[in-house]
Amino acid sequence: MRARTKRLYAVGFAAILVASAAVLASVALRRHADLFYTPALLAERGMPEQGQRVRIGGFVETGSLTYGDGAELYFIIEDGSGESVRVTYTGIVPDLFREGEGVVATGAFGENPEVFEASEILAKHDETYQPRELRDLEAPDAGT
Amino acid sequence: MIEFGHFLAFIGFSLSALLTYVGLKGDRRLAGFLAIAAFLVLFVSFLTIVRAFLISDFSVALVTNNSHTMKPFIYKFAGTWGNHEGSMALWCLVMAGFGAAGAYWLRTGREVFEARTLGVQGLLTTGALAYLLFASSPFTRLDNPPLQGGDLNPLLQDPALAAHPPMLYLGYVGYSFVFALAAAGLIEGRIDQIWARTARRWAMAAFVPLTLGIALGSYWAYYELGWGGWWFWDPVENASLMPWLVGAALLHSVIVTEKRGSFRAWTTLLAVMAFCFSILGAFLVRSGLLTSVHAFAVDPLRGSLLLGGLLFYGGLALALFAARAPSLKGGPEHLLISREGALMGNNLVIFVATLTVLLGTMFPLIAEAAGEVMSVGEPYFNLTFTPIMAIALAVLPIVQAWSWGRADVSSLWKWGAAFLLIVGVFALFGVGPMNIPLLSGVGFGLGVWLIGGAIYELARRAKLPRRVFKLPKRVWGMTLAHAGLGVFVLGAVGETSLRSHTTLALEVGQSTEVAGWAFTLEDVDPIEGPNWYADKATLTATRGGVEALLQPEKRIYPAARMPTTETAIHKTGLSDLYVAIGDRRTVEGAPRWTFEVFVNPMIDLIYWGVLLIGIGGILSMFPGRGKSG
Repeated sequence: MRARTKRLYAVGFAAILVASAAVLASVALRRHADLFYTPALLAERGMPEQGQRVRIGGFVETGSLTYGDGAELYFIIEDGSGESVRVTYTGIVPDLFREGEGVVATGAFGENPEVFEASEILAKHDETYQPRELRDLEAPDAGT
Repeated sequence: MIEFGHFLAFIGFSLSALLTYVGLKGDRRLAGFLAIAAFLVLFVSFLTIVRAFLISDFSVALVTNNSHTMKPFIYKFAGTWGNHEGSMALWCLVMAGFGAAGAYWLRTGREVFEARTLGVQGLLTTGALAYLLFASSPFTRLDNPPLQGGDLNPLLQDPALAAHPPMLYLGYVGYSFVFALAAAGLIEGRIDQIWARTARRWAMAAFVPLTLGIALGSYWAYYELGWGGWWFWDPVENASLMPWLVGAALLHSVIVTEKRGSFRAWTTLLAVMAFCFSILGAFLVRSGLLTSVHAFAVDPLRGSLLLGGLLFYGGLALALFAARAPSLKGGPEHLLISREGALMGNNLVIFVATLTVLLGTMFPLIAEAAGEVMSVGEPYFNLTFTPIMAIALAVLPIVQAWSWGRADVSSLWKWGAAFLLIVGVFALFGVGPMNIPLLSGVGFGLGVWLIGGAIYELARRAKLPRRVFKLPKRVWGMTLAHAGLGVFVLGAVGETSLRSHTTLALEVGQSTEVAGWAFTLEDVDPIEGPNWYADKATLTATRGGVEALLQPEKRIYPAARMPTTETAIHKTGLSDLYVAIGDRRTVEGAPRWTFEVFVNPMIDLIYWGVLLIGIGGILSMFPGRGKSG
C-alpha cells in the first residue's frame, strides 16, 4: 500500500469515527439534555412531552408537604410568580429539604399532566451553597 | 509562624522564577539545585499551614473558616487541603516536588534538555505560586481571631477523602512534568526515542496516582453520599476523567515513539494536552460555572484566573508545537494493519471519547450562553462515551497481538469467531437463564473477553509456560492493566445493570422484605461523636440464615451546621447490601424513618479492577533488560 492510500484509509477511519460520535452526541444531547424550568417558565413555554426528563426548580411551598403511607411524599414547587407545580417523590430527601427552602426536582410528567413525578431531589447541601439554578430566584417568604 | 510560611512561599516563588531562567539557559547543575531548594522551602512553608491547622490557630483566616478544635486529629491534618487555598498550596508543593524529583532522577545524558525541562517546570511552578500568593493566599491573618472555627465541610471528614486530594494532585500535577518534558523537547527540536522512554516513565508516574485518586474519590462518593452509586457523570468527576483519558492515550502513543520513532508530533501534543486538561479540570471544579454535587470553594474570579493560566501555558506550548511540528517526521514505514495502526486506532477512539465527555460537560455552559438552562446527565454519557469505549475494548485483545510494521491477519477470522462466541454465550445466558438485559450480557462477555485476551497475550509472548515469569515487567504491567480493565468492566456492568434499589419507611419494631432480605428496624438511638451528634439506626436483615446487622447514621455537625449520611454496608462476597438513613417523618403522630436500601452486586470488582490497572502501571515503569534512564 502506498503511503498516500494508507493515509487516506487512516483519515477515512478517523472521519467515520468522529462522524458517528458526533451523530451519537447530537442525538444524546437532543434527547437527554435536561431543560430547567421554573413554574413560571413552565406556564409560559408549555408543558414538556410526557416522559421527557426535565428539572423543575423553585421553593417548597409552605404547608404543602404531606407524606404517603410508604416513603412517598407530595409537595408543591412555587417561585413567587403565582404559578406552581405539584410534585410527587418516593425516596429520602436531602437533609436541607424543607418548606420554604429552595429545591430542584429532576423527573418527568407522567400520565397525569398535573403531577410532576420526581426521581431526584436536590436541595441546598449546606447553609451557604444553593443549587446554581436558584441563585437568581428570590425566596418568597424566607429571606435566606 | 504563618508569616514565616508566607515569607518562605515568596522565597519559593523567587527560586522558581530563577529556576525558569537558569533552566531555560541550560545550566543543569544550578537548575537541579534550585529545583530542590524551591521544593524544600515550599515544603517548610506548607508545614506552617499544617501546623496552624493542628494547633487550631484561629488567627489564620483559613483555619477559622475550615477547622474546629473538636475536630479529630486526622481531619485537622487532612483539613489542610480540604479547602481551596490549602489545596492550591498542596498543588504548588507537588509541582515543586516533581521539579525536585526531576532534578534528582532525570538522567538522559542530555544536560541541556534536562535543564530546560526543569526550567519549564519552574515556569509552571512560578505561575501556580503567583496564583496561590496573589489570588488564593492561605496565609491571611484575621485582626480579631474568633475563639472557635467554622469546621471543615463534614462530607470531607472522611478517611478516603483525606487521601483523595494528595493522590489526585500527584496525578494532575504529575502531568505538569510531562508538559515540561514535551516543551523542552520541542525547544530542542529533539523528540526521539530517548525522549519518549523518559516521557513514558513520567507519564506513568502521573497516571498511576491519578487512577487511584479517581478511584478513592468514587469510593468516597459511593459510601458517603448515600446515593448508592459510584459514578454520577458529575462535572467534577468528568474533570478528573478527561486528563485520565488523555493520559491513557499518551501512554499508548508514547510506546510507538519509543519503540519505532513514529507518532512523534501526536505524542508531544498529547503530552501537552494532558496537563491542559488537568488545568481545565481545576477550572471547572473551582469556578462554580457548572452545577456539581461536589461543588466546594467556588469563586468566579479565581476561575477566570485559572482559565487565563490555561490559555497562557496551552497557547505557549501550542505555538512551540506549531513551530516544530513540521520537523517531527515519522519513523519507519508501517502498514495500517500493524501495531502502529492499532495504537493509532486506540488513540483516536480514546480521544474521541474524551471529546464526547468534554462536550457533555461543557454543553450546559454553551446552552447558558444561548439563554437556556439545562444539565446533561448519565443518559447522555451512556449513549456516547460507553459505546465508543466498548468498541475500543472489543478490539483490544485482537490488535494487541499485532506486530510492528505489518501484522499477520490470516487468523483474524478466528479472533472474530472467539469474540462472537464469548460475547454470544454470555448474552444468551443472560437473556435466558439469568433474565438480564441483552446489553448487560454483552457487557459481561466483554469483560471476560478482555481478561481472557490479556492472559492469552501473556501466554503468546511467553511461548512456554515456564518462561512466563521471565517476561519483562512491562509485559506483566500491560497484562495486569488490560485484565484490570476487564475486571472493572465486569464490576461496572454488574453493578449498573443488576443493582436493586428500594426506599423504606419504617417505624421502630416494624419489618419488611426487600430483595430477599427480611428487614427489621430494631431501634434508633441518639449518639455523640467528637464534633457531631447523630441518630444511629439499628436494623437487622436476614436472608437464608445469613444475618446482617446494619447501623446507618445521620450525623449533624453543629459547627458547620450541616448533616451528613453515614451508610451501613454489609459485604457478601463481591456484593454490598447498602443502607442509608433518610429523614424522620411524623405521620399521624407516629415517627417513621426512611431508608434507601441498595443491593449492589459485584461492586468490589470495580475497585479491584482499578487497583490492577494501578499495579500494572507501576510494574511497567521498571526498566526492561539492559536499559536505563
